[in-house]
Amino acid sequence: MKTIFDFRTGDPSGGVFPPIDVPESTSAIPASLRRERPPRIPSLSEPDLVRHYTRLSKLNFGVDDGFYPLGSCTMKYNPKLNEDAARLAGFSDAHPLADASVVQGALAVMHHMATMLSEIAGLPGVTLQPAAGAHGELTGMFLARRYFEKRGDTGRSRILLPDSAHGTNPASAALAGFTVTEIPSDGSGMVDVNALASTLDDTVAAIMLTVPNTLGIFEERILEITARVREAGGLCYFDGANLNAFIGRARPGDMGADIFHFNLHKTLSTPHGGGGPGAGPVAVSERLAPYLPVPRVERGSEGYLLNWEAPDTIGAVHSFYGNFAVILKAYAYLLQLGDQGLLAVSENAVLNANYLQARLKESYRLPYDRLCKHEFVLSGKGLANGISALDVAKRLIDYGMHPPTIYFPLIVPEALMIEPTECESRATLDAFVDAMKRIAEEAKTAPEQLRGAPHRAPVRRLDQTRAARQPILRYPFDETP
Amino acid sequence: MGYPTEYRYTKEHEWVLLEGSRAKVGITDHAQSELGDVVFVELPTRGAEAKKGESLATVESVKAVSDIFAPVGGKVVEINEQLESAPEKVNQDAHGEGWLFVLELTDPTEIEQLIDAAAYEQLIAS
Amino acid sequence: MRYISNSDVDRRAMLDTVGLPSIEALFSDISEEVKSRCRPMGLPAKSEFEVARTLRELADANVVDPSGISLLGGGVYDHYIPSVGRSEFYTAYTPYQPEVSQGTLTAMFEFQTLICELTGMEVANASMYDGATAVAEAALLAERVLGRKQVVVSRGLFPHYRRVLDTYCWAARIAVKELPATQEGRTDLANVPDGASAVIVQTPNAFGTIEDLSQVKERLGEALLVVATHPIALGLLVPPGDSGADVVVGEGQPLGLSASFGGPLLGLFATRERYLRQIPGRIAGLTVDTDGNDGFTMAAQTREQHIRRERATSNICTNSALCALTATVYLATLGAEGLSELARINVAKAHYLADRLAALPGCELVFSGPFFNEFVLRVPHDPERVRQGLASRGILVDDPRWLRYLGIHDGLRFAVTEKRTKEQLDRVVEAVECAS
Repeated sequence: MKTIFDFRTGDPSGGVFPPIDVPESTSAIPASLRRERPPRIPSLSEPDLVRHYTRLSKLNFGVDDGFYPLGSCTMKYNPKLNEDAARLAGFSDAHPLADASVVQGALAVMHHMATMLSEIAGLPGVTLQPAAGAHGELTGMFLARRYFEKRGDTGRSRILLPDSAHGTNPASAALAGFTVTEIPSDGSGMVDVNALASTLDDTVAAIMLTVPNTLGIFEERILEITARVREAGGLCYFDGANLNAFIGRARPGDMGADIFHFNLHKTLSTPHGGGGPGAGPVAVSERLAPYLPVPRVERGSEGYLLNWEAPDTIGAVHSFYGNFAVILKAYAYLLQLGDQGLLAVSENAVLNANYLQARLKESYRLPYDRLCKHEFVLSGKGLANGISALDVAKRLIDYGMHPPTIYFPLIVPEALMIEPTECESRATLDAFVDAMKRIAEEAKTAPEQLRGAPHRAPVRRLDQTRAARQPILRYPFDETP
Repeated sequence: MGYPTEYRYTKEHEWVLLEGSRAKVGITDHAQSELGDVVFVELPTRGAEAKKGESLATVESVKAVSDIFAPVGGKVVEINEQLESAPEKVNQDAHGEGWLFVLELTDPTEIEQLIDAAAYEQLIAS
Repeated sequence: MRYISNSDVDRRAMLDTVGLPSIEALFSDISEEVKSRCRPMGLPAKSEFEVARTLRELADANVVDPSGISLLGGGVYDHYIPSVGRSEFYTAYTPYQPEVSQGTLTAMFEFQTLICELTGMEVANASMYDGATAVAEAALLAERVLGRKQVVVSRGLFPHYRRVLDTYCWAARIAVKELPATQEGRTDLANVPDGASAVIVQTPNAFGTIEDLSQVKERLGEALLVVATHPIALGLLVPPGDSGADVVVGEGQPLGLSASFGGPLLGLFATRERYLRQIPGRIAGLTVDTDGNDGFTMAAQTREQHIRRERATSNICTNSALCALTATVYLATLGAEGLSELARINVAKAHYLADRLAALPGCELVFSGPFFNEFVLRVPHDPERVRQGLASRGILVDDPRWLRYLGIHDGLRFAVTEKRTKEQLDRVVEAVECAS
């Protein structure tokens, strides 16, 4: 392991700040408030620092390196133009507490973006505050709570979600004070409408659906499902993680959704950054709009402004207005694409996924053999010699590709969730198919190769059990000689 | 693996060993194998009471968390403190040293609702 | 379409492989009814050139005057950002496959260590969205640990922290009680109500004042002491961990992140090992691979949503990893000495300005307690008018509405960082004198 703490440097790095040009008062901060021991922060020379982080960057496999079919993450290419936008000084130096008159450009971006998102969702109200998809889900759940609270409908404590739901869905529901009822999927991988109907009563607050679902299957009875829930007095929440599947062709608001969240770092091309920052704007139907967080960006007679007046608002979920720089990057992307571009996205995303599915079903079990949308799920069950999805994943690394999502959704054993996105070429897809076929063969002829994979990665397979049983979560200073 | 015939079992993959009015509880070998390497066990506190079917403990592996339900109603009188530093005992000896807790039974007749070793082996074979 | 690699020829061949006649057939699973309701945005595709130009125009509509003097603060500060930075990290995603994510995981581990060092705590996560949600999650953690549906919070919390805390607590049905502030500008801890899961204090607080936490913990009974803090101030001040804090949270923006109109930010979250299983968010841990070499992986994942689902400690998935990396590089550039020096420069410049302003007729510092680099000045006339007068000379200070929210109706808050020269500060004094 080489971390910055392993460097033994001589002189601390200086030369960043000019000398103090004002008188210093030693009594400004009493000794009792000052720390006695300095923090053990190493200071590396700039050459050492650059080499260290350059080395680390080469240990990471990113979208710019190769195929990254992580299902439900939409690892599409991150346009570099977006990065340029965020670096423009007018944006990067804009302070959130500055007077509106000096940040009209930032407010304009937010206002335009909210309009575009509203149109894509087919829902009139939008907040850009949530900082991630899960944060958008939580916000949506808060909105549902407030809605029922204002109606005096206090018995609505349950959120319905399919057994294929992403873990953030029940977690968000629970965090917002709801309990969760799981609806089984039927034999075709879609919500069992009978099971849904039998659980609908006046304790249901909302259903949370991912459309298409995490199997990559579009709920064919979506209008019926949302109609039933609404009839029972509940709200309909659509998790927008899989928007890439139908963007430009269908709108959640037209399918009965009341609340819809976007993942800008998925569908709208902003970088994932090793785990964020993302952005999870939320769009809502008219009846939920009064509860949206404050402040709201509005257009007045003298320009754009932040409106803090909203008596029924849930309050705020973010320090300020949302992850502006992320929103800006997604905005740049939408400006380039236009309506035509959105259609091209969903067209190619869905075609690429169906192509892979058609070619891979000869070598892997395909639990739901039907038209998929932008992703599909294979099962590693049935591979020779008890080879698991985990082994397949680790071996793909040796073939120079990032593995798909594994062991999710929970309803498919040894799941491999594959999402190619619209960006990949047929050649890249064919190379992936070849690698997967070879691995299926290796399962028969050389299972130990797979069990010992990866062989060609910066590190070999890591011991997760040890990490969990003996957690070392910060640098062990006291054990280093 | 032969399942001890003096133990009774639940469909949730727990075993119970009746010792007078007390019952020692653990998870079966099948359960530990499905869970994978156990990394943490959250045991109840002594004195905690639960009805049959209520959650009393959790067993965590690297990839999953499993609830342990009271197979019969009772009060916790002993817990296997060794598991705090050695959770792997659940994997190594699920039916012996990997025991979780001991309950003072509220209603000893509830034991009769549990299945025997043969029935449990059939359950996991299917 | 530039970001799409296939041509019509490719698509034709692929449709054949799939066995479908047309692109439309790919969407036959969406009903005609739904598709017919769809409306376009009404926007044409645009070239990179046109979009770049549009964005530049919008950026220019933000008045960011290089010769202007920013004294804006309130949680987001204008610090100098050194040139070192690296772009290769930004396209990777969550390190679910640790073998190909050692760069990200190493940086996370470094970040966690640095935050522990700064705060004096035992374990830190790899980031939250921002300081505000970190405060809120600390309250939720305390409630999980103690089971009491009440938290007590200092009046000195930033209004934006309080807004978010109030929203999260409303949803969790946790009552929020407030402790007033003293003349010094510190939290009045004389009468802390019983029965709370947490007592939440900020230092330096929203008035700029540094709290004295030395004897607070012992007076709180079982309640957890949650301290919200400023990472650069910690280069100089006693770490909250040394004062008995149970959870330390904060806003990491000052560590090399630009203001970016308030986002993305960087939430800091650190606590004691005994609460490890309750911590929200991702944590990187050290382990070995099959060859016995060191490597990093995500640790204690069974707290998280992808495993625990509705019983997860939080729902957080994506966090602020890239910002955490930026902060790590920033701190490694400065080192402990550089950070301490930076903190001293901030203190010196802020006190210089405060002393000179307080000497102006009709002006005085509202609070008598020690401060780091932010302070509140009482001005003889309407603060909003003074603020506008300053703005007309290119000097920016926070909107006084936030001070009114904190109960101060006759003051302005000034934040001074190392970027302000003596010459600029002297001009500020002149300007305040004129405007008052």
